[in-house]
Amino acid sequence: MARLRRNKNASPEPVRSRGRRAPIIELNDVTKVYPGGHMALDRVSLSIGRGEFVFLVGPTGCGKSTLIKTLIRELDPTEGSVRIAGRDIGTMPEKKIPQLRRNIGTVFQDFKLLPNRTVYDNVAYALQVIGASRHEIREQVPATLRLVGLSTKLHNFPDQLSGGEQQRVAVARAFVNHPPLMLADEPSGNLDPVTSIGIMQLLYRINKTGTTVVVVTHDREMVDNMRRRVVELYEGRVVRDEVSGGYTEESTTEFGMRMRAEMGVGADGERKTNGHGHSLAR
Amino acid sequence: MSRILFFFSEAFRALRRNGAPTLAAVVTTVVTLVLLGVLIPIFQTAQAKSDEVRGELNVHFALYDDATNAEIAAAKGKIEGLSDVSAVTFVSKQEALQTLKGELKDKTIVEELHTNPLPASLEVKPTDPKYLTQIEKEVMGTTDGGKADPISPAISNPFSRQQSTDKIEKVTSALKIVLTVLMALLVVASVMLVGNTIRLSIFTRRREVEVMRLVGATRWFIRWPFLIEGVVVGFLGGAVAIIILWIGKTTIVDPLSDTNSFAAAQHDATLAFPVLAAVLFGAAILVSTLGSGVTLRRFLRV
Repeated sequence: MARLRRNKNASPEPVRSRGRRAPIIELNDVTKVYPGGHMALDRVSLSIGRGEFVFLVGPTGCGKSTLIKTLIRELDPTEGSVRIAGRDIGTMPEKKIPQLRRNIGTVFQDFKLLPNRTVYDNVAYALQVIGASRHEIREQVPATLRLVGLSTKLHNFPDQLSGGEQQRVAVARAFVNHPPLMLADEPSGNLDPVTSIGIMQLLYRINKTGTTVVVVTHDREMVDNMRRRVVELYEGRVVRDEVSGGYTEESTTEFGMRMRAEMGVGADGERKTNGHGHSLAR
Repeated sequence: MSRILFFFSEAFRALRRNGAPTLAAVVTTVVTLVLLGVLIPIFQTAQAKSDEVRGELNVHFALYDDATNAEIAAAKGKIEGLSDVSAVTFVSKQEALQTLKGELKDKTIVEELHTNPLPASLEVKPTDPKYLTQIEKEVMGTTDGGKADPISPAISNPFSRQQSTDKIEKVTSALKIVLTVLMALLVVASVMLVGNTIRLSIFTRRREVEVMRLVGATRWFIRWPFLIEGVVVGFLGGAVAIIILWIGKTTIVDPLSDTNSFAAAQHDATLAFPVLAAVLFGAAILVSTLGSGVTLRRFLRV
């Protein structure tokens, strides 16, 4: 249901049109050696299907961020190929890179908001970039900000918000054009545990709309509690790729409930789910 | 259309939000333009003045008092036939006295003279002052014994009114070189100064550019607002500088023109004010736009 609606919202991009069954992310023996000889990724092969929710874990310096950067072609791998939705992005002409990035929502530990723009304008910018009409912007931006629970802070500037709120703005910006893939690089790295749960819930809710979500984190405890696919990197290699805690398709609802209940933000989460449903039905 | 509006609103938003760097860029532009706007006319006037002085340099050949008109005409014709001679004029004894009278402060000296001791002469103007000595040698000639052997028997000896021909010649050409070098340095300095100020203001916003790239903005989408900013800075700086120059011209230079020959010289020697204004204005906009464009390239590399 949600997936159907999302397809209607998203523009028909080349990324989508190539082979529906191709995994959204496919890495083939990806190796990245930085100038100076440090090997950040060592023959990483990985496949992530559409609609998955995947945790990428590992200690600092294990290559997680490098991996994320190769996915948006901020970095070119030294060897190997990266395919997004069946398309090899290594051979993509430079001109097409903005197009690729528009189809991948990214969230970072340091939020990366534009400091001299209001919350509203920060989110709107992602739409202006893709040439959305003013009408679309006026509809989508408030709806998305309602989804992340910031409808009362539209006209605040980022420095007037708490860390958690800033990260919500970043998530809203990443999601406002409903990309098929969302990458979150340590989204809760700067946040306290309760706020982190809030952000994770948000990502989970986004995942429920059909968007593939990849979350980089070093918070093992949370990962183990969440019963999702976990890919662990160590010194540039995939050392573990499994479902933690017996993940099954049916447990999706349970996963959400557990999150809401166990993390002590139940009522709030429920309200936001309603808000989300509303925004999708628009 | 809405896109163009968006770029303009982005540019003006950035200008407002980055007040201090914007002001710095505008002020830098104003200062350099005013400097250029003052120095260009000075340079041109000095050039014109030194050309004028050089143009006045000539050599006279005194004629024997008993030379006949035919002899003088023949001598004149011969000299005109030499290369690098631009004009030969006959100056009679009377005319020479009149000129002397005009140059002397104490007119009575001439009055007291009962005879006219000045010789008639042929005034020779070279095509360029540097040929003066060459012409003199050719006219006077030399015999094997080292004695003068003028090309015409009517000519007695050469003399020049300006004793310091050589000095003037050297000074004016040195002046030309110095002014040209100064001007070139100033132009380079202004371009670098304005470019640097713009670079600085963009550098403080490289994070912003990074975020723009991250959400999938194309290069030109990022670049346009910055270029428009550059145009606006150049426009503002140019406008203010031209107003300052115009005020300076009307209140200081124009009144001086009546009494001071150097200030007056600018009327015919320099660019007309509207032309100067247009040149400065164009340069300001071009430099600031290029400055932002070039700087951005570094941050836009994927």
